Formats: sequence, C-alpha cells, structure tokens
Amino acid sequence: MPGKWLQKILTTVYTLLLYGFIFLPVVVLVLFSFQDSRLPIMPFKGATLRWYEAVLADSRLIDSLINSFIVAMSSSVVAVVLGFLAAYALARFHLPAKGLQRALLTAPLTVSYLIIALGLLIMFNALGVAPSLWTVGIGHVVINTPLCFAIIYSQMGDHQVNIERAANDLGANEWQTLLLVTVPMMLPSILASFFLAVTFSWDEFIISFLLSRFEVTLPVEIWSMLRSGLNPKTNAAGSLVFMISIVLLLVAELLVFRRIKQK
Amino acid sequence: MRQSANPESLVVTITRQGSGFKRWRLVLPALLWTVAFFVIPFLFMAVMSLWHRIGGEIVATWNLDNYVEFLTKPHLVKSLLNSIEISFCVTVISIVLAYPLAWIIAERVPARWQRTALILAILPFWTSYVVRSYAWLLVLSKQGIVNTFLLDVGIIAEPLAIASTRYATIIGFVHFFVMLLTLTIYANLKQLSPNYARAATDLGAGPLRTFWHVILPLTLPGIMVGAFLTFVLCIGDYITPKILGGSNELVLPQVIMLQIGRRADFPNAAAMSIILMAVVIIAYLLCARWLKMERT
Repeated sequence: MPGKWLQKILTTVYTLLLYGFIFLPVVVLVLFSFQDSRLPIMPFKGATLRWYEAVLADSRLIDSLINSFIVAMSSSVVAVVLGFLAAYALARFHLPAKGLQRALLTAPLTVSYLIIALGLLIMFNALGVAPSLWTVGIGHVVINTPLCFAIIYSQMGDHQVNIERAANDLGANEWQTLLLVTVPMMLPSILASFFLAVTFSWDEFIISFLLSRFEVTLPVEIWSMLRSGLNPKTNAAGSLVFMISIVLLLVAELLVFRRIKQK
Repeated sequence: MRQSANPESLVVTITRQGSGFKRWRLVLPALLWTVAFFVIPFLFMAVMSLWHRIGGEIVATWNLDNYVEFLTKPHLVKSLLNSIEISFCVTVISIVLAYPLAWIIAERVPARWQRTALILAILPFWTSYVVRSYAWLLVLSKQGIVNTFLLDVGIIAEPLAIASTRYATIIGFVHFFVMLLTLTIYANLKQLSPNYARAATDLGAGPLRTFWHVILPLTLPGIMVGAFLTFVLCIGDYITPKILGGSNELVLPQVIMLQIGRRADFPNAAAMSIILMAVVIIAYLLCARWLKMERT
C-alpha cells in the first residue's frame, strides 16, 4: 500500500524535523561550551574544559546558584503548604463564596510575572522594604501557590472522602486525618506540584531581577554575563544548569512520577 | 456516617459540622498571602498609574494623563501592537507545529515508547529560560550556525539578519511553546476514548473527515487553554524579545522595563502594565467559554 508508506515517511520526516528544531539550540549550546577559542561560533576548534573551570572558579556564579537553590526550595515548600491547605478546605467543606475564593487564589496565574513583580516593587518601595532574597522568595510564593493549589485541587476526588470519614469515625481528629490520611493519599500530586514549583522558581527571571539587589539568583547572574556577548563561558554555565536540571528531572521521574503511574 | 448508630461518631459529625472557623482557617493562609502580596501590590500599582513623576519626585496628581500619553504616542502604541502581533503569531504557529507532533506521539508511536518520546520532546524545556534565548542567539546570529551553514552551502551570499528582528523573537518563543503545547495536546488526545474514532469510521468517515469533524472539535477546549496560556506568557515576557529581538523593534514589556530601569518612572510603568493586563483580560474574555476550570 503506497499510501501507508507515504504516511509513514511523512510522519517520520515531520517528527525528525521537529525534534531537530527542538534540540538545535541545546546541542549548539553544549557543543560550544567545549570550544577551544574565545568565541562560541563555527568552526569548532576542538574540545577543552577550561570554560567549565572558569565557571566553577567564578564565586559570584556559584553564590547565585546557591541562592537560587535556597529560594526555590523554601518558596516551593511555602507554596505547596498554602496551596494544599486551601485545596483541601475548598474541596471538602462547604464554605461561603467558594467560587470567589477559587478565583482569587488562581488569579495570579493569569497575570504576567512582570506585572506581579512591578506591583511588589512599588509596594515594597513605598513601605521602605529593601530588595533581598526574601522579597524574591515572597514573589515566587505568589506565582507558585496558585499552581500548587490548582494541581492539588484538581486531584482531590470524592473517592478519598470516605477514607477520611473512616479515619474520623475511628477517632482521628481533623489534624490527624489531614496529616496521616489525606497527605499520604495526595502525596503524588503534592510532590508533583512541589517539583513544578521548584522548576518555576529556579528558572524565574523578572521577579528575581526586579526584587533583588546585591544577592541575586542564577538567572539574573547569567543575564549579567550576557552583557559580554557571545562567550563560551556563558555556554558552559548554561550547560551546567541544564545538566543539573536533567539530574533533578531524573530524580523526580524515578521518585515521584513512577509512583503516580503505578497508582 | 449517617447509618452509624455509634454515639461517638455522632459527636464527630457534630464537631465536623460545627467547626466553621476551623475550615476557614485552612484557606486563610493562602488567601491572606494572595491579598497581601498580589491584590494589595496591584492596588498600589493602580494608584501609582494615576500619579506622575515630575522632576525627580513622584507626585500624587490623580489623573489619567499616563494613559492618555500612552495612547497618543505612536511609538508606544506601536510597541503594544508589536506585542499583540508577535504573541498572536507565536500562538498560531506553535499550535500548528505542535498538534501533528502530539498526534504522531499519541497515535503512531508504540505505547511503550510514548513516554520516552514525550520526555525527549520537552527535554530542552529544562535549560534555563535565559540560557535558551542565548542559545538561539548562537544559532541565529550573523556568525551563527544557520548563517555559517547557508553561506557554506552557497544558498545565500550575505548573512541573513535574523537576530535582532521580530523573527528571532518568534523563533525563540515558538521553540518553547511547541514543547509546552505538544505536552498539553498529547494529554488531550490520550483522554479521548478511541470509540469516537471507531464510531466515525463505522459510519463511513475517512481518516481526514474523522479528524476534522470528530477529533479536532473534541480537543478544541484543551487547545484553547494552551493557546490562552501561550498568548499570556508571550505577551508578558521580557527576556526573549530583549535577547533575541534586540532594541530595533520594542515590545511593551521592554518599554515598561525601560521606564523602570533608566528613569525610575514608576507611574508610567504602572500605567503601561495595566494596559498590558487589559489586553490579557480581553484575550481571556475572547476564549472564556473554553477556559472553565473543572475538577475531575
């Protein structure tokens, strides 16, 4: 059947082209991080690790990496806790103005980070709060709480209610039920939303840029490296960040998403 | 619980129903956070947009001059139009590119390889967002891979000026959103019961008709959610147009950042941000009927 073959060829070509498009910048980025010359452009002059050495010797860059890690972890924990409690209460109880509360909680999702950042900047300025990693963290909780809330809320099915009732009937109080029954049941979506929040915070630029001053996060530090134009050191820094993210992704895949799949 | 005659469970029932305050307490932290760090800052910004920066001072003038000024200055209106045009193009191109890929992964790739195919398709998503734009600069600049290749092969005599134009911005954006949309459209296609396609085939529809009249309409709500997300994320983004588009043709977020950075003109920046938000709200209203948040 020539039609079947034609379809097969077309789909294969299309898939290869799109994967090529998707991978092109990453391949170029990583390849030229090994470039043995001052410019990350063709021709490729041979492999060296000196740009990686330069990155690891750059204390500002390493500091910003640590800052990013701290901000991502702590803001994500806060966002998950806030999102989970709100999702639990709104999914389980009859509260007044439910729709309004839900709308308010998810509203930040529809507003550009730039606008959230600018609002916080103006408010902190007016209140005399100096920009720091704290203000960055506050901003990251604002963008991640709605995300965690929406993910966990969408997974709060009615079938779990009976298990919670059973726990209640067996004498567990509300907090015990919440911590010992609901949290373990919801663990896959709690962890999924945590990892997503970490990713978003780790990668976020504009809030970190506007709300920090002396201590900056990694994307802001890389941004200031870009001023020197095309530079293999920037390639090396970018490639390192990519590899860290891939390792985190693998950990998440093995620890969390396998388990979700099994359920 | 109603069937249970155990007096203890009755007590439980009563406390469960009687603890109205406790229930409120659980939503309260998230609500307070949202109000304190989202709603109130937004009000600060709205008020600021009515003030003015005169000399070095911000004066509470309480008028709409910033908005009037924006709408009467052609280069500012142009930046807004650039933003809308670029975001719209990116949304359409990304969907058109991502849909077939998602379909191929969902329908043509063997089931056990689908997960791997998807993870591969979104792998570059995990490069840092600033780095991704920089990486495209490596590809698209005058001495970049694309130009070097085309010059060597002899297709072009002069390097193409792609970097620092809106085309570079669009390519950078499309790259990101193809990954995102492939994922969401794939999820949509997998949720469809195969019975729809079977029924259509049984009723005599060919593959194209089945797709056009059955599969596509059924995945439309998901596509609209993805399209809206793409548009919103695109129109509010500063980094991609700044790195790839350069400063020949500004988009609105770049103009806003210029107000903040160079001149510390918060009133003007605030007014522009509110205009940007108004555009997003209009986009939301245009596709509101598909965007209902459903709990499964």
